[in-house]
Amino acid sequence: MSAMEGSPTAMDATPAQPFAPPRPTLVEMRDINVAFGGVHAVREVTIDLRAGEVVGLVGGNGAGKSTLMRVLSGAHPADSGGIMVDGKPATISNPRDAKTYGIETIYQTLALADNIDAPGNMFLGRELTDRTGTLDDAAMESATRKVMGRLNPNFKNFKTAVMSLSGGQRQSVAIARAVHFNARILIMDEPTAALGPAETEQVRALIRQLKSEGIGIFLISHDIHDVYDLSDRIAVMYHGRIVGIVNKDEVTTDEVLAMIIMGKPLEKVTSEEIAQLHG
Amino acid sequence: MAEASSVPKKVTREESPPSGPSLWGLLRSTEIDMRLLGMIGLLGLIWIGFNVMSGGLFLTPRNLFNLSVQSASTAIMATGMVLIIVSRNIDLSVGSMLGFIGYTMAMVQVEWIPKTLGLGLDQPYTWLVALVIGIGLGALIGGLQGVLVAYGRVPAFIVTLGGLLVWRALIFRYAQGQTLAPMDKNYQMLGGAPATGSMGDVASWILGAIVSAGIIYTLVNGRRRRLKYGFQPRPRWAEAIIGAFGCGAVIVAILVMNNYAWPEALAHQYAIDHNIAEPPGGLVIPVGIAYPVLIALGVMLVMTYMATRRRFGRYVFSIGGNPDAAELGGINVRRTLTLTFVLMGMLTALSAAVQTARLNSAVTNLGTQAELDVLSAAVIGGTSFSGGIGTIPGAVLGAVVMQSLRSGMLLLRADSPTQDIVVGAVLVAAVGVDTYFRNRGSR
Ligand SMILES: Nc1ncnc2c1ncn2[C@@H]1O[C@H](COP(=O)(O)OP(=O)(O)O)[C@@H](O)[C@H]1O
Ligand SMILES: [Mg+2]
Repeated sequence: MSAMEGSPTAMDATPAQPFAPPRPTLVEMRDINVAFGGVHAVREVTIDLRAGEVVGLVGGNGAGKSTLMRVLSGAHPADSGGIMVDGKPATISNPRDAKTYGIETIYQTLALADNIDAPGNMFLGRELTDRTGTLDDAAMESATRKVMGRLNPNFKNFKTAVMSLSGGQRQSVAIARAVHFNARILIMDEPTAALGPAETEQVRALIRQLKSEGIGIFLISHDIHDVYDLSDRIAVMYHGRIVGIVNKDEVTTDEVLAMIIMGKPLEKVTSEEIAQLHG
Repeated sequence: MAEASSVPKKVTREESPPSGPSLWGLLRSTEIDMRLLGMIGLLGLIWIGFNVMSGGLFLTPRNLFNLSVQSASTAIMATGMVLIIVSRNIDLSVGSMLGFIGYTMAMVQVEWIPKTLGLGLDQPYTWLVALVIGIGLGALIGGLQGVLVAYGRVPAFIVTLGGLLVWRALIFRYAQGQTLAPMDKNYQMLGGAPATGSMGDVASWILGAIVSAGIIYTLVNGRRRRLKYGFQPRPRWAEAIIGAFGCGAVIVAILVMNNYAWPEALAHQYAIDHNIAEPPGGLVIPVGIAYPVLIALGVMLVMTYMATRRRFGRYVFSIGGNPDAAELGGINVRRTLTLTFVLMGMLTALSAAVQTARLNSAVTNLGTQAELDVLSAAVIGGTSFSGGIGTIPGAVLGAVVMQSLRSGMLLLRADSPTQDIVVGAVLVAAVGVDTYFRNRGSR
């Protein structure tokens, strides 16, 4: 037994954290700016994510949610600002960099090559090979079966191009990819937008499972109820800015909706404005 | 041994063929590429049809030998074109590139080595120097076009249309209408002339044995790998049929090629040169497999391996399936695309060597319209212009189909406009039928 475990007094002496154990911060994005020509898509955004936490990212169309997450996933460079991973400055200039930090991204549509099978997609860009550099398809299929067995036991089509799969199955391939490569930070951009109700429920269950395994998740969704259900904190974006980050437990869906529509922080949203939402 | 018992006894069930006597189910369980099988059937029909119409002239050793040599050069380039089209690009410049590279390789052996450097004709190294320079030039030209497409973001159609004009124009500028001949003695072997450019019977049988062993090894090894991971293997009877069919085809092909004999005059000369007493009726020397065919088979194997078993090929296909997914997967898309053009250039150089060796000269219009044959071969072979779909063996078969049509019509004395009309119609029909079945299949 180690010395730490052997001395309960040392534990007692640490400053009180009465309710939740401190969860380490995985990512901090600071003062991020992105402009496309004249369009300032992301302005001075600062946001962080802790282990085992889901941060919902909401806002109207064109608010800058996807662009912000593309910066973190290495798909688009920021014009200015910094990213810290595990408290250390991180350089993320392409998708490969992001993956080395354990950042994986799941997109609504973009992520799969339709003409390639599930194992091929799961390992896309990180294929397993033998000593001669030859693709080890059997090993990749075997690994895919293993992950799928955990995530989606009904999944059977390991040899067919993913274009013939349903939306839910395709999304589980994308999620399996993130899980297999030990994502610690998961970005999900509208993961259920293309799915039916049953498949959406499947993805929600997956998100809860991943969260319970200590993975931090940024969740972008149009569906306020989705976000409200799954998130610990909700960040509201409006015209490229973050107007407020609120604890889910301290707000109602109406209040979040008002923030999204008015583009104001929670303190400035009046009860009349909330009443108007339903008028 | 411990290993033997560690093979999982429980085999995954979900992909086993549907039970019952359905023929389709049985066929599916063999995992044979149905499209390829269909093409082989189509080719068989074309051959039998021409044989009947020509009164038995098509299926002769002589005609099949010529067909094999003529198909080889198109097939070599078609394997590269598959990767270009799969990644949603096109190369219209291959005909002009072939001319320019072929002309340069001819220059090396007719002018530069013997005259400019004063080393004389027919040196033992001449063919190799010419070939290496040609392949290097192909890589360079392909690389230039690839960089313009991938990094310069100029559409491939435009870049290679420009290439089609430029490389052809360069021949005219430097050749000034001059034909370069003859080629180096060793280099001529690349051309597949019935006497000097083929392997003879013994070497052909050795090649046949190697290829057959390769087929059997591939089947056995594939089966072992599947069992190792506990996947359902193909049914044994299917493996046996595939193996028997493959080896049988090899044996028939060699029998046919060995049945074709050297032209009488050359055999007579050979007998005199080697002091062989000629039997009554003259010396019969079997021709065997032509070297260009050997080259094309080698290219097909290497390219199939690159396309299906290497990261490079996987990346090419993923780019064709979804360029964004490839980019987000961390794949270096631009480098991969550039490489497809480099490869195309190198393969074009190989074809240029075969053609100049066969013609024993380089003329200024060498390779004119070759791009049409190459594109047709790839497309008839199942490569889809919407990207992401295509196979190397399919394109090789496509080249044989194209060449069979041309050579069959030649036997029937069809004039050149008729030939073009038929080839054009077949091309459009092939893509039409393929699209129809693919759409039906995806529903
Ligand atoms: N690649 C791009 N080129 C030009 N403008 C873009 C590009 N991507 C996004 N934008 C613009 O940036 C703004 C934010 O877009 P986006 O991040 O997609 O918003 P959201 O995901 O919140 O709907 C929009 O005005 C959009 O038009
Ligand atoms: Mg978006």
